[in-house]
Amino acid sequence: MAKTALCEVADQDLQASMAAFFRSLLALDEISAVMVPMHLPAKDMVMQTLVTDPEALDAVDPLAPSFPMNAARLVSRLTKRPAGGTVAVVLRPCEIRALIELVKLKQGLMDDIVVIGLDCPGAFKNTDYRKFAANEPETATGRFLKGALSGETAFGDGVEVPVACRACTHPVPHGADLSVGLFGIDIDKTFLVSAETEKGEALFEKLGLGEQEPPAKREETIESLVAARTAFRDEMFEKIRENTNTAEKLSAYLAGCINCYNCRVACPVCYCRECVFVTDVFDHDPYQYLRWARRKGKIKMPTDTVFYHLTRMAHMTTACVGCGQCSNACPNDIPLVELFTATASLTQAAFDYEAGRSLAEEPPLSAFKADEYADVVEITH
Amino acid sequence: MDDFEPTIIAFVCNWCTYTAADLAGTSRLSYPTNVRLIRVMCTGMVDPKYIIKAFLEGADAVLVSGCHPGDCHYINGNYKARRRMKLLKAILPQYGFDEKRLKLTWIGASDGIQFARTIREMVAEIKTLGPNEAKHAAVV
Ligand code: SF4
Ligand code: SF4
Ligand code: FES
Repeated sequence: MAKTALCEVADQDLQASMAAFFRSLLALDEISAVMVPMHLPAKDMVMQTLVTDPEALDAVDPLAPSFPMNAARLVSRLTKRPAGGTVAVVLRPCEIRALIELVKLKQGLMDDIVVIGLDCPGAFKNTDYRKFAANEPETATGRFLKGALSGETAFGDGVEVPVACRACTHPVPHGADLSVGLFGIDIDKTFLVSAETEKGEALFEKLGLGEQEPPAKREETIESLVAARTAFRDEMFEKIRENTNTAEKLSAYLAGCINCYNCRVACPVCYCRECVFVTDVFDHDPYQYLRWARRKGKIKMPTDTVFYHLTRMAHMTTACVGCGQCSNACPNDIPLVELFTATASLTQAAFDYEAGRSLAEEPPLSAFKADEYADVVEITH
Repeated sequence: MDDFEPTIIAFVCNWCTYTAADLAGTSRLSYPTNVRLIRVMCTGMVDPKYIIKAFLEGADAVLVSGCHPGDCHYINGNYKARRRMKLLKAILPQYGFDEKRLKLTWIGASDGIQFARTIREMVAEIKTLGPNEAKHAAVV
């Protein structure tokens, strides 16, 4: 059973209390830096920030409904070789799951980090966050949490919790060393801290957190949240499958795509340094375009759009964590997260795999056995 | 449907199935001309995107064929091919490509007879299945 403590929230100011919590963490000898979403001084944007100065932590706001990127990519950068110190990284559940995939794909290490996971009520897409925070940036996080934790998804002026978050069945972090709990907690008074690993327990002790049980309604709250999310997700899967169940429908679904590849750049688990779609293989000669056009009568430009998306599905959906950054990044508002998570559910089920579930399970396309999957081999005699 | 002649793209490994196809030829075994052989060094180098591309360009079926388990000249390329087949069979049917159009077989170097039979059977099956719809749809 994980060790848990309820940390006091002074003056109903959750943000200030979180800042104090991260300051106490940074004060420990074993922690050299904290990477946490913070308000940037220049503009009201919340971005992951690597902090070594405890004073600077005043501006932390890890629960702001802002999710400009999946930070697993940043952790991968910080850990590809030893950094000479331990960094506490503050992540949402889907960021931890993406990190687990990246570590298994040899794109990062867990050795020199401490993962602080957050209960995640969701976060807006970039344009919605700017709209929501615009007039009253100081109250944005509070306003959001109040609504989101009581199940609201619409925040006026067309601002809403995106599909990825509403369909996310992992609102509670798994795989963190320490996690911060909000669901079923009266966050005007306290927030929950729990130690999930040995590393986490050691820090928990050092921080001198007393031990208190979480309120009884926490489990219930989480259960009903996950049930609602699961129902939303299943309905979403059904709709998207119906809408894309032929090549022609898929092509229509992607009709607005301009092959900018932002979705792939934003995807935390699309880790190739050089995607094949930007190599010479796809730098076609002009005469080839004309030849294709002659053969088919017409070709859409740019070419290879459906090809790109189907290939991405084959290459990475076994690692898709459903974070929704693909949709967030698309300049043409193509609903990609629906498409990719629905496909991911098929490919992950095929290998009895779940992206981000455990560091111990081998990624389906990195492993193989001599005796398996006879079902896909034709016996012709 | 009688005049439908399917196009089958076959990725065959150099060491086993390609050799078997060659043997079928030199032994004067007849098999339908619907198949376009693409020789690869090993089935383990057939990236899913080759198969996807073949379907998007209108192939009515794709065959991947290599050495029997234990016989791969690169030790385990055929096991990787089998996983990729499992993967594509989870994805492609959702987007309208019947999984019957995608086949993996093991055909050893000395098995020209089986190669010819596999192609005959596959052509017959795809003829009853009809053409790959993506060929006519405006897929881009
Ligand atoms: S495909 Fe989209 S939802 Fe899946 S991991 Fe990548 S960015 Fe996140
Ligand atoms: S971000 Fe949108 S437009 Fe760009 S490649 Fe992805 S789907 Fe196409
Ligand atoms: S060499 Fe034939 S399958 Fe690998």
